Amino acid sequence: MNVTIVDYQSGNISSVINSFTEVAKGKVNLEVTSDIKKITCSDKIVLPGQGSFKSCVDSLNQIKGLVDTLKEFAITNKKPLLGICVGLQMFADIGYEEAETKGLGWISGRVSKIDNQKGKFKLPHIGWNEIEIQKESKIFKDIKNKSHMYFVHSYEFIPKDKSVISATTDYSSKIVCSVEKDNLFGTQFHPEKSDKIGLKVIDNFLKL
Amino acid sequence: MLKNRIIPCLDVKDGRVVKGINFVELKDAGDPVEQAKIYSDSGADEICFLDITASNENRETIIEIVRKTAKECFVPLTVGGGVRTIQNITDLLLAGADKVSINTAAVKNVDFVKEASKKFGSQCIVVAIDAKKVSENKWEVFTHGGRNKTGIDAVEFAKKVEENGAGEILLTSMDKDGTKSGYDIDLLKTITKSTNIPVIASGGVGTLDHLYDGIVKGGASAVLAASIFHYGEYKIKDAKEYLNSKNVSVRL
Repeated sequence: MNVTIVDYQSGNISSVINSFTEVAKGKVNLEVTSDIKKITCSDKIVLPGQGSFKSCVDSLNQIKGLVDTLKEFAITNKKPLLGICVGLQMFADIGYEEAETKGLGWISGRVSKIDNQKGKFKLPHIGWNEIEIQKESKIFKDIKNKSHMYFVHSYEFIPKDKSVISATTDYSSKIVCSVEKDNLFGTQFHPEKSDKIGLKVIDNFLKL
Repeated sequence: MLKNRIIPCLDVKDGRVVKGINFVELKDAGDPVEQAKIYSDSGADEICFLDITASNENRETIIEIVRKTAKECFVPLTVGGGVRTIQNITDLLLAGADKVSINTAAVKNVDFVKEASKKFGSQCIVVAIDAKKVSENKWEVFTHGGRNKTGIDAVEFAKKVEENGAGEILLTSMDKDGTKSGYDIDLLKTITKSTNIPVIASGGVGTLDHLYDGIVKGGASAVLAASIFHYGEYKIKDAKEYLNSKNVSVRL
């Protein structure tokens, strides 16, 4: 199996590479690239994302043909894709970080700043929080409800269709922290930084 | 709900772990990669490396340590010490650090914090503030591992780095560091109330009660300690079980 981590020159993806390398050891052929041909030939794609919604979308758009290639992969051909953090957020139609920015529009919804109740909750939401599983998701196989995952973000994805939500976490309100829609998977938390349980999420994705 | 984090800090000099008493008396106590792995396996919520000689010596040593550690530890890794340029940050992040902590360079030029958080995202920019009490309810920022006085008010500076995009503050009391007499709770309380970003308490931990005080009395989102874990007085697990028994929520 060929799995590609999309390197679109935005943010720090070393930890994503390290953790996938650890889990993939000898089982999966892992590529880190923005090469469109290689992406098209992959069996699965990982779309990481750090920094702001706008900077990530801008960086994706800067690589000619990348957005169309990803769309063809995930939407037309319905092959498995995992978005992590801003990688998940970009599934939305629109994001409001830095400036109003159009997202990929794969899962209808918006990305807004977490309501911190006038400073009652510190932002960014940094650290370990429990996930509350809302529906069965393939990437949560053998993962217990209320498992701890590592978060670092100030914005949240609010999908229109609530049935895509596979888990939420409690921070000032129920924040969407994982989605599954057909072949599309996304986590707001960082499985690559969530210790053994995070590696299990990655393993589940690689085993799909 | 969000858990309070326990962060063991490894002070690294010449590729080896040390812990200074008031930054002077250094003891050699182990290989940083191995130590980090032990901490991560025993439930540390994050790992922090502080390169205490980075100001003077070449940076390749710490980068190599980060590279090795990041391949074995799958919890967040923060690295600080001598981070002065965008290139320093790029090198550390590429080696596998998740966050970098900026100290002297942020004091010299707060625009550096802005530039760094814009380029890499606030999530990976920690500003380390070393503060020393100068009078009742007044603390001043010090740099160069506590050697240089700056005349800058610590509370004002904390607000300023928040405005400029810092994602977290790592707050060390220079009066308490190495004393094992507990965090400077007044300092901590003042800074956590004046800012809206998470504050990591540092400097002075000698008992598990000190960790409790840092979180409950000081309002810290995370507590950092070095020697109590490092010399085996307490295990990370002991700290977590103790805090949990006192109704402080931690990741068990």
